[in-house]
Amino acid sequence: MTRRWMMIVAMLAGLALFAAACGGSADTSGDTSAEDGSTEEAAADGASAAADAGGDGIVGLITKNETNPFFVKMREGAQAKADELGVELRAFAGEGDDDNASQVQALEDLIAADATGVMITPADTIAIVPTVEKAREAGLTVIALDTPLDPLDAADATFATDNFRAGELIGEWAAATIDDPDNAKIALLNINPNQPTVGVLRNQGFLTGFGIDVGDPNMWGDEDDPRIVGQDVTDGNEEGGRSAMERLIAIDPDINVVYTLNEPAAAGAKLALDAAGLEALIVSVDGSCPGVEDVADGNVGATAMQFPLLMASLGVEAIATGEIPPNSEGIDFYNTGVELITDAPVDGVESQTTEFGLENCWG
Amino acid sequence: MVSDEKTTDDRAERRPTDQLAAAEGIAGSAVGDVASFEQSQSPLDRLQRFLHSRPLVSPSVVLLLAFLFFSIAGDRFFTATNTSTILAQVMIIGTLGIAQTLVILTGGIDLSVGAITLFASVVMGKLAVGWGWNPWLALLFGIGIGLACGAANGLLVTRLKLPPFIATLGTLSVFGALAQWFSENQTLRSTDVQEQASNLLWFGRVWEPLSGFRVTYGVVFMLLLYAFFTFALSRTTWGEHVYATGDEPETARLVGINTSRVLLSVYVVAGLLAGLAGWLWIGRIGAVSPIPIVNANLESITAVVIGGTSLFGGRGLVLGTLIGALIVGVFDSGLSVLGFEPLWRVFAIGVLVLVAVALDQWIRRVGK
Amino acid sequence: MTTTPTATATPVLEGRGLTKRFGHVTAIEDSNFELLPGEILAVIGDNGAGKSSLIKCLCGAYTPDEGEILLDGEPVQFRSPIDARALGIETVYQNLAVSPGRDIAQNMYLGRERRKPGVMGSLFRVLDKAYMRDHARQQLSDLGLLTIQDITQAVETLSGGQRQGVAVARAAAFATRVVIMDEPTAALGVKESRRVLELIKDVRDRGLPIILISHNMPHVFEVADRIHIHRLGRRVAVVSPESHTMSDTVAIMTGAMVVSPEEGGTP
Repeated sequence: MTRRWMMIVAMLAGLALFAAACGGSADTSGDTSAEDGSTEEAAADGASAAADAGGDGIVGLITKNETNPFFVKMREGAQAKADELGVELRAFAGEGDDDNASQVQALEDLIAADATGVMITPADTIAIVPTVEKAREAGLTVIALDTPLDPLDAADATFATDNFRAGELIGEWAAATIDDPDNAKIALLNINPNQPTVGVLRNQGFLTGFGIDVGDPNMWGDEDDPRIVGQDVTDGNEEGGRSAMERLIAIDPDINVVYTLNEPAAAGAKLALDAAGLEALIVSVDGSCPGVEDVADGNVGATAMQFPLLMASLGVEAIATGEIPPNSEGIDFYNTGVELITDAPVDGVESQTTEFGLENCWG
Repeated sequence: MVSDEKTTDDRAERRPTDQLAAAEGIAGSAVGDVASFEQSQSPLDRLQRFLHSRPLVSPSVVLLLAFLFFSIAGDRFFTATNTSTILAQVMIIGTLGIAQTLVILTGGIDLSVGAITLFASVVMGKLAVGWGWNPWLALLFGIGIGLACGAANGLLVTRLKLPPFIATLGTLSVFGALAQWFSENQTLRSTDVQEQASNLLWFGRVWEPLSGFRVTYGVVFMLLLYAFFTFALSRTTWGEHVYATGDEPETARLVGINTSRVLLSVYVVAGLLAGLAGWLWIGRIGAVSPIPIVNANLESITAVVIGGTSLFGGRGLVLGTLIGALIVGVFDSGLSVLGFEPLWRVFAIGVLVLVAVALDQWIRRVGK
Repeated sequence: MTTTPTATATPVLEGRGLTKRFGHVTAIEDSNFELLPGEILAVIGDNGAGKSSLIKCLCGAYTPDEGEILLDGEPVQFRSPIDARALGIETVYQNLAVSPGRDIAQNMYLGRERRKPGVMGSLFRVLDKAYMRDHARQQLSDLGLLTIQDITQAVETLSGGQRQGVAVARAAAFATRVVIMDEPTAALGVKESRRVLELIKDVRDRGLPIILISHNMPHVFEVADRIHIHRLGRRVAVVSPESHTMSDTVAIMTGAMVVSPEEGGTP
């Protein structure tokens, strides 16, 4: 019996090898000399995160998940600042982008631990509020990071990227870069059908920047501008970006501007365009290192960079010192900054080079 | 005695055909005349029996109708490019669907296939690009990881006797965490992978037999896997024992089938397929990404169910799963071409699943 | 009819002093059993009398704690039903006789599939489907069951009687020494039961001795040559349907009547 199924496994392996061998004839192995500095760097960071800072105050950090490099970077920034200030960082994460229960539990743990304050990227901006109120009643300073609570003033402060501005920057840049913006054909690659706030802000910001009437600014999909070929969802990953782009190409292969809500989706969209032998200007948001490299390589035209590390370290500082900075001008939260990254600057839109981008990128 | 009578009554109620046959009363060949049920069947009974004996018919009809409908309703749907794109889009789910079908045929479920795929793909990428291993060795190692994960699932199910749902729910997290740890959350970009391990991208390459009809190597490979497993399940003792184990495990044991070995083999093969899917995955997304393949498990189960395989085990065909995956792909593409918002695609697939499961329940009641 | 026919022939299958315990519960104790060549031996007993444990010892599902089993006079040991099967003892289990989703031919050969000759069969384990279908059809035809026309239809699409027919045909096809049938008519209607009883007699007439476990007295009296009565974990009597009435038998089974050794009672 053992022999029997090992036989089958062997046959399958044979099939795989056969396929592999066929591939080999086309193109064998490339250069194997590694130059992956970022990997080692991340490993070193991981080690330092494990070190216990000790000290009096406890600062909590609750993220949506622990897989997204954005949140990983956030934790690194928070840890570095906590070490510097001699406070203890306790990091928690949900199991996914809509895991409210884990976040509630983490908040309760921090209340019980008598923490000084907590930074949270809420999975559910409304459902978390009662627990946040409990924490504030218990004397914790609560700072919403990246995503505002609903209502916004449920937190003591909100430190976030101005996502609308991020979208606006790439929108303005795209309109100034393509030849004939009045006859552009635009594909919009969003996050998911739930239309989370961050996704809506980036999308509507992009359209505003491009000069398109957005209708209701609280949702996407209600625009009637004929330049919009279609909107689709990507789940913010490569496969989603690729599939969504493929579907939109089926609607109109002449698409020449592609908005993507983040860089993995942009990479997927690029792949779909390449596979179809098409060219289009892709813009994105985030400022992750692979994303900035895609800009440097010309795969993506421009990306709007945000600063999670700064966001978290400012948060730790505010909680530890008790000094909360006022909201930025014109918006009701503290803007931790957004920069347009491109190697093809245009007049009237302030931008930074990919060199700057590679120095400041995350993940 | 009492229970015997009860079952007899039960049967009499539920089996009008038997009563009819009995009423005809041809002594000495009673088994024969209950076999000649044709006269006493309603058209619905006939349909039920027909669908029971031809499990591919209902999913094929749905696929064909959906394809025709979208071709007529949306003029950009039926093009060489779009058709080949749909194939490329179902490549991963189709491959994982084979693994899922095997497990579901034994009456189990594998919630960890997506996590294994991710784990295998990040191992391949990291070893080849990050550590500078020979890319072919890295590839084999990654596939081996898939196999090992499958073996772990199989041992949990057969040795520790954990229900497959629980065992793979656990390993879903374990393998997912291992993938995250190993990848250190780094995305390896297309250009780096291309330079150092282009073999990992091999399945993304394109063969264009007709203008615009671009078949990726990965699609061809998936179709070969389907051919292989169709043969293995229908023509070998292994396949026979997989079905028997899922159909009625106790009967299988009594006729001398080592059901726990069959189960182990199925989970190992499923892991191996998930490992291969990791290779396909890299070809599909053109990079090595640590982002979990969120819907891989549910979508592979969806494809299996829509394809007519029974979640109760023992009944179904891998080809059904291919058709199921294509149905999902056709609806995704077709509704998009017609301008429906993405949420209606989700809605449509949900309805299809419900219809498929209800149909399965009805068909399975044949002869009862 | 003689009441102690053991003297005339060597039993095909014999149990001597069989005992099986489960913790504190003794299922069978020092129980004897004899099956003679060419007979249908019915085994009856009230629920909990231990007849099911006795049969499981004889078909290899249980290993007895004490006592020995002899096949054609030779002591044998079964570690599983597979061991018993290898020695020509086939069992038709009550509820688990067939795999419902598999077709008739597949069920006939389940667990002992015929493989193609040569490397395809030995290395790749490829099935010889044509062979199995032909032989399954042949077997059914020999037993007068060929009215089941489509050998590739799933067993679950058959009636209860037809399913039992498939199970019996399988047992008859592969048994060389003994067929054990556990409640073969329990789930069947009147008409189908009758046909299965005919089938059982057909198999006996082909020379195979049969052990029939049944609760149904009329069925037992219709086909059995001898009746083994089990009570409180042991054999209390072996009677003949000619020498005892149905109510006698039930009385013995429930302990209302005690049988002397001359009449078939066992000490």
